[in-house]
Amino acid sequence: MSKVRLLVGTRKGAFVMTSDGKREKWEITGPHFAGWEIYHMKGSPVDPNRLYASQSNGWSGQVIQRSDDGGATWVQTGNKFLYDGVPGTHQWYDGTPHPWEFKRVWHLEPSLSNVDEVYAGVEDAALFRSGDGGGSWEELSGLRGHGSGPHWQPGAGGMCLHTIILDPSDPARIFIAISSAGAFRSDDAGKTWKPINQGLRSEHIPDPKAEVGHCVHHIAMHPSRPGVLFMQKHWDVMRSDNAGDSWREVSGNLPTDFGFVIDVHAHEPETIFVVPIKSDSEHFPLDGRLRVYRSRSGGNEWEALTKGLPQKDCYVNVLRDAMAVDSLDECGVYFGTTGGQVYGSSDGGDSWTPIVRDLPAVLSVEVQTLSSGSPSGSQALASGSQTLASSLA
Amino acid sequence: MIRVLLPAHLRTLAGVSGEVMLEVGGAVTQRSVLDALEAKYPMLCGTIREHGTMRRRAFLRFFACGEDLSHGAPEALLPEAVGKGVEPFLVIAAVAGG
Repeated sequence: MSKVRLLVGTRKGAFVMTSDGKREKWEITGPHFAGWEIYHMKGSPVDPNRLYASQSNGWSGQVIQRSDDGGATWVQTGNKFLYDGVPGTHQWYDGTPHPWEFKRVWHLEPSLSNVDEVYAGVEDAALFRSGDGGGSWEELSGLRGHGSGPHWQPGAGGMCLHTIILDPSDPARIFIAISSAGAFRSDDAGKTWKPINQGLRSEHIPDPKAEVGHCVHHIAMHPSRPGVLFMQKHWDVMRSDNAGDSWREVSGNLPTDFGFVIDVHAHEPETIFVVPIKSDSEHFPLDGRLRVYRSRSGGNEWEALTKGLPQKDCYVNVLRDAMAVDSLDECGVYFGTTGGQVYGSSDGGDSWTPIVRDLPAVLSVEVQTLSSGSPSGSQALASGSQTLASSLA
Repeated sequence: MIRVLLPAHLRTLAGVSGEVMLEVGGAVTQRSVLDALEAKYPMLCGTIREHGTMRRRAFLRFFACGEDLSHGAPEALLPEAVGKGVEPFLVIAAVAGG
């Protein structure tokens, strides 16, 4: 029988939650790495028992953990994230040059084909790769060397590379997103990059249609249609049908188009989910009502999903890496809040149930859909959408 | 033996409780003590001193014998009492409010 495993990163540790295919009863272990911020955890599509976790805190910086048994035990791996060559500068908040400084890993994206290969999106924005299971890291410096790097500026949450999407149909194609530089694509496995922000419009920057400078919050892709991307920008929900070469707005009838998360249904590539947040200065749901919005038409027409979610006095946020979908026949959808709740839906969003209510603030949620048939005890099923990337911006 | 007391989150990372005991060859300095600490507990590399620059991480401090040694030169000799194991070398995490 299939089962699901949730990997939940919080401000004060990691939690692993498992359930059978009914997704009614959950076993919760944790906190792993108690007291540390866990920005992200993710499992390898090649071997779902191989997990990677980004562990950090303000005192002692970055640690990377790896598990080979689905999160039961962990081994500390390498944490040497050194920028390639002389790091140079980017723009500081006041417009002056500021040296690139490594702060933390926001997102870990395991390879689709090699269990020991994993990518790390970091703050200050850069992309790193490990080919030895996280033991050592090298920067894919063509991204910062693309030319616009000295002009990138941090958002309020820091200048973070929070989204990494690997194209399942083309091993050389990688998408990333940075707050607040924008989205970029590589077609040569990370050697060179181009900004893919045409069509984005951001009123808070001097040139609203600039090539870079947009605060992209999250991007999602359905693996069956890697050319179609959905984006939750600072403001605006956007869609691209040409691998990011151009974007158009699909906010439609959303009550507010500010937000952080966006994800795609595992079996319906035109069904997408967002959680609208009131504004960039008020990071909580409109009117104190926690509502997931679903579009079955790839955007523009949205319906509120409220059953089981608090509809008054709710003032939590849902951060950019804190939504995920499983790939069981009835697609499961999960999200975590800064109030410490993790909600799950086993019917594609029609109804919601709190899996747990009182965790520390949730930074990230990933889900693995597992079968129990393999010798290792679990085997990945076809994955649902790939979400890339984690807000504090 | 040099005695080193780590903050709680680093004791967890290193898998130790209480003070750490270190053999330090030669001059007992901030640098030689931290080199010996990281050699014995490599999981602490990068968590007290930054990779690359080897600077003390901003929210950690070094105390010994009632003195704040955080801004001392890495190669400066530590107090004699630390070298003799009478007093511990303290790695202190900044207090965090809530």
